[in-house]
Amino acid sequence: MGYQFNWSLVLTGEYRDWLLDGFVLTLKISGIAGACALALGTLVAIMRLSRVKPLMWLSLSFTEFFRNTPLLVQIFFWYFGSEAFLPTYVNQWLYRQDFEFAAGTIALTVYSSAFIAEELRSGIFSIPKNQLEASRATGLNFLQAYRYVILPQAFRIVIPPLISQLLNLLKNSSLVMTIGVMELTYQARQVESFTFHGFEAFTVATLLYLAVSLTVSFIITMYNKHFLHQLRY
Amino acid sequence: MAFIEIKGLHKWFGSFHVLRGITEQVEQGEVLVICGPSGSGKSTLIRCVNRLEEYQKGTIHFDGRDIHDPGLDVNSLRAEIGIVFQQFNLYPHLTVLKNVTLAPIKVRGVPRAEAEENGLALLERVGIHDQAHKYPAELSGGQQQRVAIARALAMKPKAMLFDEPTSALDPEMINEVLNVMKDLARDGMTMLCVTHEMGFAREVADRVIFMDAGEVLEQAPPQEFFSNPKHERTKLFLKEIL
Ligand SMILES: Nc1ncnc2c1ncn2[C@@H]1O[C@H](COP(=O)(O)OP(=O)(O)OP(=O)(O)O)[C@@H](O)[C@H]1O
Ligand SMILES: [Mg+2]
Repeated sequence: MGYQFNWSLVLTGEYRDWLLDGFVLTLKISGIAGACALALGTLVAIMRLSRVKPLMWLSLSFTEFFRNTPLLVQIFFWYFGSEAFLPTYVNQWLYRQDFEFAAGTIALTVYSSAFIAEELRSGIFSIPKNQLEASRATGLNFLQAYRYVILPQAFRIVIPPLISQLLNLLKNSSLVMTIGVMELTYQARQVESFTFHGFEAFTVATLLYLAVSLTVSFIITMYNKHFLHQLRY
Repeated sequence: MAFIEIKGLHKWFGSFHVLRGITEQVEQGEVLVICGPSGSGKSTLIRCVNRLEEYQKGTIHFDGRDIHDPGLDVNSLRAEIGIVFQQFNLYPHLTVLKNVTLAPIKVRGVPRAEAEENGLALLERVGIHDQAHKYPAELSGGQQQRVAIARALAMKPKAMLFDEPTSALDPEMINEVLNVMKDLARDGMTMLCVTHEMGFAREVADRVIFMDAGEVLEQAPPQEFFSNPKHERTKLFLKEIL
């Protein structure tokens, strides 16, 4: 009973291309969902800080709901459930597109945006109140005070946790294989079922995920070293 | 009408009556020192003058204008009144020079070059010219507080408010800040200073007022205030801090 390692099988030819295609799709779905989640998360965070009761309430329900239900359930929800609540013509349009990809992107966007909104909100909250007061006291109006004093500080604080949310998104994107999006994990599984060389296929997949995560983590560490030390009050 | 005229001022925090009918007049160039026990409402009083706090009853006039006139722009009022806080409150993400030039550039529209020239001159005046390109975290407390004074002066204010500017400082740094304040006073700045630095009060104050539980119990020129306090509470307070 000996397992014959065959690395060249997954590092050359057709199977390598499958894995690379999967990797590209993983980067694509993570990139699109990441950008949309940043936009949606910012909106949700601003609603929360707006002091307008209905908006605050909506924002709070949104973040609590999507952070506290399993991502896999949410993915199935968008995939199987969209038929129930989206108008027929939207569904038909979606089916003509890459429907799996769209449902996966929506699920990842919404889920991640809830976490991103929380990071943004707590970043802005963590800026001491007297910073706003000191800037308003010099005659800056509310928007100027936010633009020049509060947000630049919040941004510096929030960048590292935001990036780790985006890395979570990258890792979470492997779950969309369950609805048939042909991303990296899906392709590794494919290679496995065609070749029975799952160990090699999943090793390559693991290394690709790891490479992206470690590169980004390294950048965060450098960022922390160079910028965060200024922010002492 | 006096330069700063406070009349029958009342303020509540919820149901807590923090200012109970304050009436005070400060003339142009006058230095008023406000002292009193913790919680007596000193900070709240001076923060009403630039509308960092709202009040519910009474009036404050600044340079002839009712500061609660609905037609008055609160930002332009604040631009004319400098305030220095106990905790400095510098902007940690900006260099010392940028701390000083932010408001002149954004509020008054002063060109950057001119704002920087003026900022450097002010930093020179408070004795930290050579730290202009450092960040606040790299400065000592005394230096940070002098930057805070320069930041306020950069708007060319008509009056300055000080809220215990030296109480967060190590003893050896208190004088460098007080000296800057004394210079300002001698140059004719109108100043409202909450402070327990009685040496400062003796030297440059025109009047000292004593507040207790939201009221002004006693007011007098410094010599008289220190040598001959009338009120029992004042005597007790002076005995504690001197
Ligand atoms: N935002 C606020 N909400 C409720 N109560 C407040 C608020 N700010 C101040 N107070 C209360 O009002 C009273 C007066 O506060 P204030 O800060 O004006 O006193 P102070 O004379 O400056 O005291 P200290 O010497 O400790 O600075 C205190 O009892 C304080 O707890
Ligand atoms: Mg106080």
